[in-house]
Amino acid sequence: MKKIPNNKAWFLVLPVFLLVAFSAIVPIMTVVNYSVQDIFDQNTAYFVGAEWYREMLRSPRLLDSLLRQFSYSFSVLLIEIPLGIAVALMMPAKGRMASVSLILVAIPLLIPWNVVGTIWQTFSRADIGLFGWSLNAIGIDYNYASNAGDAWFTVLLMDVWHWTSLIALLCYSGLRAIPEAFYQAARIDRASSWAIFRFIQLPRLKSVLVIGVLLRFMDSFMIYTEPFVLTGGGPGNSTTFLSQALTKMAIGQFDIGPAAAFSLIYYLIVLLVCYLFFTIINLQDKAK
Amino acid sequence: MAEIHLKSLAHSYSKNPNKPADYAIREMDHVWEHGGAYALLGPSGCGKSTLLNIMSGLLSPTNGQVLFDGIEVNNIPPEDRNIAQVFQFPVIYDSMTVFDNLAFPLRNMKTPEVKVQSRVHEIAEALELTALLKKNASNLSADEKQKISMGRGLVRSDVSAILFDEPLTVIDPQLKWKLRRKLKQIHEQFNITMVYVTHDQLEASTFAEKIAVMYGGQIVQFGTPRELFERPNHSFVGYFIGSPGMNLIEVQRSTNGVKFGNTHINLEPEMVDLLAEMPSDNIKVGIRPEFIHVWDGPNTDAFCCDLMHVEDLGTYKILKLKLDGIELKVRIDEDQTIPKNKAYISFPEQWLLVYVDEFLIDASSEQQGIE
Amino acid sequence: MQMNKRKTLGMTAYLLFILVPIYWLLNMSFKRNDEILGALTLWPNDFTFDNYITIFSDPSWYMGYVNSMIYVSMNMAITLVVALPAAYAFSRYKFVGDKHLFFWLLTNRMAPPAVFLLPFFQLYSSVGLFDTHIAVALAHCLFTVPLAVWILEGFISGVPREVDETAFIDGYSFPRFFIRIFLPMIRSGIGVTAFFCFMFSWVELLLAKTLTSVEAKPIAAIMTRTVGAAGIDWGLLSAAGILTIVPGILVIWFVRNHVAKGFALGRV
Repeated sequence: MKKIPNNKAWFLVLPVFLLVAFSAIVPIMTVVNYSVQDIFDQNTAYFVGAEWYREMLRSPRLLDSLLRQFSYSFSVLLIEIPLGIAVALMMPAKGRMASVSLILVAIPLLIPWNVVGTIWQTFSRADIGLFGWSLNAIGIDYNYASNAGDAWFTVLLMDVWHWTSLIALLCYSGLRAIPEAFYQAARIDRASSWAIFRFIQLPRLKSVLVIGVLLRFMDSFMIYTEPFVLTGGGPGNSTTFLSQALTKMAIGQFDIGPAAAFSLIYYLIVLLVCYLFFTIINLQDKAK
Repeated sequence: MAEIHLKSLAHSYSKNPNKPADYAIREMDHVWEHGGAYALLGPSGCGKSTLLNIMSGLLSPTNGQVLFDGIEVNNIPPEDRNIAQVFQFPVIYDSMTVFDNLAFPLRNMKTPEVKVQSRVHEIAEALELTALLKKNASNLSADEKQKISMGRGLVRSDVSAILFDEPLTVIDPQLKWKLRRKLKQIHEQFNITMVYVTHDQLEASTFAEKIAVMYGGQIVQFGTPRELFERPNHSFVGYFIGSPGMNLIEVQRSTNGVKFGNTHINLEPEMVDLLAEMPSDNIKVGIRPEFIHVWDGPNTDAFCCDLMHVEDLGTYKILKLKLDGIELKVRIDEDQTIPKNKAYISFPEQWLLVYVDEFLIDASSEQQGIE
Repeated sequence: MQMNKRKTLGMTAYLLFILVPIYWLLNMSFKRNDEILGALTLWPNDFTFDNYITIFSDPSWYMGYVNSMIYVSMNMAITLVVALPAAYAFSRYKFVGDKHLFFWLLTNRMAPPAVFLLPFFQLYSSVGLFDTHIAVALAHCLFTVPLAVWILEGFISGVPREVDETAFIDGYSFPRFFIRIFLPMIRSGIGVTAFFCFMFSWVELLLAKTLTSVEAKPIAAIMTRTVGAAGIDWGLLSAAGILTIVPGILVIWFVRNHVAKGFALGRV
């Protein structure tokens, strides 16, 4: 649709701008302010310039958790995207079963995040949880509270449980938007079901998948509540993700300055990755 | 080779059809002969797309059989029917180039790549797509996309019939005739049966040798464009074909023919006898606006009517007349003089058709319109 | 046929994966603590409603649900009121900075919450909104508004501009046109947007917890109370958890027929 140039449209956007600016600009300026100061208590602070940024970029502990964060986010995408597509393909297209499975699939998305943590905390316990107990019963030594690998696996499994539905529903709606004629033409062209997926369904899912990948990347990169409830970041530091490390630093140790500096670095990383992803996708589209 | 025979075919979308209205296709028999160029013409909702999908196998008919060269194909899926279908909206695989689009059906059949190359180039040549082969299919215009959809059907050497479902809907008007001519060319070149669904009579008559007119889930007439125009078998055909459609007047029997109001129309004695035998009182006479004769002045044979309105359409004019409360349309050439206030008309006997229960009755050959 | 069987099988497996953990929570919510900790039982031996009765009879528990619902509804209302005109502007007009504004709105979802909590707390305290429902509702607008603008823009772009023009020619003023003609045309979009607001506001805990202490404390924060000196009261915790799932199911039931279109954000 052609858009009419009209700067008066700003009046329509103004409420949104003011509302979001209120909750966005002041806090971010405050964080910037923290990040250049050494804060001892509410009344004592010294300006330290870029000192915290330099220190943070050299800190092995934070770089470690950054690395852990990247590997976690990639694992999440690697599992949830294909699985979500598969679920969307398997969901019934119409009839009562379609509504029922739609609602059931959507349930994990509507559960408060700490409750998600609680569910998996109880479900996976080796003594009183069905999942943990079953694993041990078939001879797998599993205990997320003491074994770092198990904890990491449980957090990942919980994320898959929680968020695959988002990808599935996005893809499901993308699939419903493909006109019936495409499938009919493909049948007449003798396309195998793989060819139908590769050349009809997948290209048409691209726009929703872009949204899905972006949302999942951003959210998994900021994951906090669920692992906090499940493991408290342990055992050791195995499930201490970035947000949690920062919270510990800011509130636990009251190192607000360094924490703020790293928060901003971390914000910029997310922004940069999203921006690059978006640009690459757009360039690809233009190249065609 | 493909002669498509529809044998006592009927189709309903409801699970338990029990009344005639439940049927999208009422029981019919029809044969599309091999190598013909046919049109399936009818208003929207008459069941023509349903019929097409039954032939291609996308739908399975409720009753009856579909025979290809005498062999029943009811249970053969569309991919094994040696048939291609072009849809209303162009279906192209937009992640592929034009070449890959055309090669897609061949590659699905595991055709050797050498043959794919030669075949695709041959078809692209015929459809004037050669220059576009390397382009991405998503950025083409609607008519080019539609040619690709058609090309995917032609490229398979095993295809012996192509079904078109209103393929020109999304094409710009000035390109429509070009594409239609291309279709005819392809038809001659490849000796393929083509069935073309449309609701546009002009499209149908320029494309097809024979037209099947569909109405209410039935084929009410199958004939050449000329037959449909001159001797519509069903009042609907008369109304639907022609511009404007046939004048249809509800009448009662009278001694020497039929009457409406105070107007008496004389019919041939054979026709009068035939009418007397018919039990139904649903009688109509029909005459095309082109065939009504307009006299220059009063005349003993002529009916006198009021001139209501003249519509000038350039090369011809449409007169709206009122005869005994009935509105009639008359089409006259542009150079013919337009009567003032009163017009004197007559109905030439050979063009005056009589319909009973909507079907044509024909006194000369004793053949009734009902098949 | 074979294909369909495989699909049904796969779908059933996935639904089991989704539902079994929830069943486990449900199962525990009907047990007493000694049974939960004593042995693993697939069905409560000693079926009890005690946990639910505790929640429904204690205002400090059930007010948590009320508080959550209040700020979620406020958030939906505020979001829709501001996002609708903005989405209309983005869909119909070109104006200075429109692209940048849109991108800036979306970047607000990317801010890591942890460190931003403290400034949030300070900000809302300084304007005297701490521990009010409206504070949480406003804070949640940070991520519901951008999303709402985005979804609504998709739906609005689906309405041809001729509709607007015809209405103006017929003498409608902009506000009257917007409310009487335009809103009814995109009502499914509005329903879906409200659903998304619910979804993101209801599940969020960090901001809600930070900005409240007593008066507006959300249920999710109250749940931490179950950790007492004697350990965790699992039964009560499970019952509280189950009760947080129920509103979500009700809401999705209402919009189930629009979900397919809504998740495509109106733009596939």
